[in-house]
Amino acid sequence: MADNMKFDESTQKELAKFVETEQAQARLHSTIHMMTGMCWDKCVTGTPSTRFSRSEESCLANCVDRFLDTSLFMVKKIEEQRSQLA
Amino acid sequence: MSSLFGSSSSGVPSPPDMATRKEALMNAVRSENALANAQELMNKTNEKCYAKCVTKPSTSLSGSEETCLSRCMDRYMEAFNIVSRSYIARISRERLERPSD
Repeated sequence: MADNMKFDESTQKELAKFVETEQAQARLHSTIHMMTGMCWDKCVTGTPSTRFSRSEESCLANCVDRFLDTSLFMVKKIEEQRSQLA
Repeated sequence: MSSLFGSSSSGVPSPPDMATRKEALMNAVRSENALANAQELMNKTNEKCYAKCVTKPSTSLSGSEETCLSRCMDRYMEAFNIVSRSYIARISRERLERPSD
């Protein structure tokens, strides 16, 4: 890049921070896409109608929380097993 | 205004010009991100609703398949919103409990 096209130091820092938040946003979105797909398959079993049933709606909300609980549970189990070996 | 940023030496762009380019860059990144998100949502909706509504592909989409597809699309977007609401609620709850991470 030509010298006169360079950003000054404070602008570079600001841009680096901006890019970091945008990347975090993108990661958040991709996690939400992944979980929507997974929870859709788990919770929406019938033909889609004009609105969600009460049970489908709560299944979708619970699906996210239980998935995260599962991941925490797995980590805890692995740590327990590791400490038994030590 | 320019005195705030010091006098511009030769080769360094004047502050207003740099601010314009900075804004343009940020907007480009923002719209790129938004586009990627929308495309992902479209792809997922397409995939999930095709699986659900078009179980036996024939020579054209039937009326009932089209009804199913348009309902499915609305429901998938709703599901996306429910999932993001619960996920974000969970994340912020855990942030409050453990502010260190």
